[in-house]
Amino acid sequence: MKLTYSEPYRVLQGEVRSFIAKHGHLSPKPGGGRQKPSRKALDWQKLLLEHGYFGRNIPREYGGFGLPFDVLELAVIAEEIAKANVYPGIMNQGISMLVPTLLEVGTREQCAKWIAPTISGEIIWCQGYSEPGSGSDLAAAKTRAVVEDGHFVINGQKIWTSSAHYSDMMFLLCRTEPEKPKHAGLSYLLVPMTTPGIEVRPLVTMTGRATFNETFFTDVRVPVDQIVMGRGDGWYVANVTLKFERLLLGDANRLSSRLERVRELMQRTTLDGQRIMDIPEYRDRLLRLQGEVMASKYHGLRLLTEQARGEDSGLRRLIVKYNGTLLGYRLSSLAVDVLGAAGLAYDAKDESAETDEATAWHIDNMYDIGLMIGGGSTNIQKNIIGERGLGLPREPKAATSPAS
Amino acid sequence: MDFALSDEQKMLEASLRGLLADRLPMERRRAIAAAGNGHDAELWSGLVAQGIAGLAVPERHGGAGLGVLDAAVVAETLGHHAAPGAFAGSLVMAPLALQASGTDAQQAEWLPRIASGEARIAVGFAGAAGQTGAASVTFDGKRLSGLVQGVFDGGGATHVLVYLADGRPALVAVDGEGVRANLVASLDRTRPLLDVTFADAPAMLLGAANDPIAARTRVLDAGRVMLAADTLGAAQAMLDQAVAYAKERVQFGRVIGSFQAVKHTLADLATMLEPCRSLVWFAAHAQDALPEEARLAALQAKAHLDDVGREVARLSTEVHGGMGFTDLQGLHFWFKRIDTNRQLLGTPERCRHEAALVQGWVSG
Repeated sequence: MKLTYSEPYRVLQGEVRSFIAKHGHLSPKPGGGRQKPSRKALDWQKLLLEHGYFGRNIPREYGGFGLPFDVLELAVIAEEIAKANVYPGIMNQGISMLVPTLLEVGTREQCAKWIAPTISGEIIWCQGYSEPGSGSDLAAAKTRAVVEDGHFVINGQKIWTSSAHYSDMMFLLCRTEPEKPKHAGLSYLLVPMTTPGIEVRPLVTMTGRATFNETFFTDVRVPVDQIVMGRGDGWYVANVTLKFERLLLGDANRLSSRLERVRELMQRTTLDGQRIMDIPEYRDRLLRLQGEVMASKYHGLRLLTEQARGEDSGLRRLIVKYNGTLLGYRLSSLAVDVLGAAGLAYDAKDESAETDEATAWHIDNMYDIGLMIGGGSTNIQKNIIGERGLGLPREPKAATSPAS
Repeated sequence: MDFALSDEQKMLEASLRGLLADRLPMERRRAIAAAGNGHDAELWSGLVAQGIAGLAVPERHGGAGLGVLDAAVVAETLGHHAAPGAFAGSLVMAPLALQASGTDAQQAEWLPRIASGEARIAVGFAGAAGQTGAASVTFDGKRLSGLVQGVFDGGGATHVLVYLADGRPALVAVDGEGVRANLVASLDRTRPLLDVTFADAPAMLLGAANDPIAARTRVLDAGRVMLAADTLGAAQAMLDQAVAYAKERVQFGRVIGSFQAVKHTLADLATMLEPCRSLVWFAAHAQDALPEEARLAALQAKAHLDDVGREVARLSTEVHGGMGFTDLQGLHFWFKRIDTNRQLLGTPERCRHEAALVQGWVSG
């Protein structure tokens, strides 16, 4: 057990600190993000890429920094950036999901064409997976693509396509081999959002904001080489992508800072004139959550160590999304309760706009439910934990037919 | 950065598991529980032979000089096997108390006796430790009077170290003059509690600590980490048994683990329990290495493990259906162990209250 970093990591720590001291004033404000990056964000991104604090392990030929993967280096950089409260870089589904997928299964040409402009923030991607009839059962996708004179011709509908309204590209899961069994009939296509026949309609969520969209495809034509791996490999590629989404969704640093914000809120909010923190029932709720956040934080350090050693974390990895999203929700629920009736004024503005504290907590609280559902819902997570983690048998299968 | 057990700690765990798997089959556990004195000479000599008795005793006094994290590995393993025997109190808290509050001469006299397995010292508290029973002891400079109830690790105790209200501990032999120590028939029959009355009992005071309250706090927190680790092991054993049962038991023509009601319950328990191991490791490590974080970590580890342990104990029992409720299945040994640990050295509510004070969230 050693909780300090060894010399090379302390050197890196010092480098990141002096980078922030020198350039930190150029950083955009952290947070937000679900919008097209501003000029300021693009310039900051360029600085991060040049110094290897973003895209550190992406090959240089694809616009990255080209260093071998070292999870502790990434942890040191993330910690320093979080501590200094500067912008950690552009994060979107293209960067977090498509880029690692291309690096794992894409061709050299695809990597060369797409990765550099994606990590620089010039090209924004959205994810075309879920459909009205296939959410948790993703492999039942019905959106069809048939080949006609060198093009895939796509017809169908996708849903929950966050950021589609300002995206340049979509990675799309669709059915190209309808005669094959469900999982073997899918392909993974790369589709420019400017292609004629694509219509994006905003989908207003329970928060009152339009953060999602429905995307409709009518005879949308993309060249046949705009495919990752081959026809019928879409399910495999999509699972590579989803693996990266699940890693993204349960971050212990975020939980610690949210706990700290709730504590601070409880110390300055009063109920019938009494400080909320002085009321034992509220305080005990916060302390219970603190115990869970601590457990999650140290669990994260354990996973980090295992990853650095190349060990398989198995069950310990599988619980992270479920545990982290539920805990985040319970923290925002406490904040909402602390704000009480005075916190019920609700004015959800456009995403890019600032909102008042109470509205922000209520949005977070509802958005947390979205996080529990998205990227493999909690009920699906429990199946995965039970089956892959604990080795319990699968539910007997209902007879499956190829989706058509 | 290396958040993991060392190879030595893994070996310690493996060898202790081997010993307990061999020496403590269910029928042996049952026999020890039925005898009710919480001490089994054969099992104890096995633990002593593995060096467990001297684990927390410095090398110069005949021990292994290991730390709180090493001790937590042992406590977790003992909990996993629902093993009788006085560890947390007698082999961790007592040697720490002697080192924190004893003179050099007292340490030289008593620590080797702990390491050899000859002295088994139960540790009791007259207040400040979160107990609900009577705890009132006075000391006139030479003799103790009063009563302490519910001293844990009482089975097979040769001595009792009782903390006075001012934070100084005093040592008596259980069969000493003026001492009456009664084993209580306890919920956990493998680890009975002890009620001790003192009637002008001559006692040896351990008064060498500069700050007796702080010294007592360190001993208490180490004990809390041990109980949390013990509960971690016991809860993991219950969950393991429930998972195994769910893979075997057939109803409606299917193994019950294929039903989502059962599968999701077990997934919930695994999700709750798995991060607990890291919390216990951190809390144990902090006791020796991170003094500024040690208090909060010990209190939160105790409180959180008590709560998770209770959920795991209930739902693992439920997954077993009617069999879980029987004596025959034997699950109740772990259930009772977890419940007992919860009530000792401060319940979760008590520990969290103290955690708020420690962090200055409220004023005492």
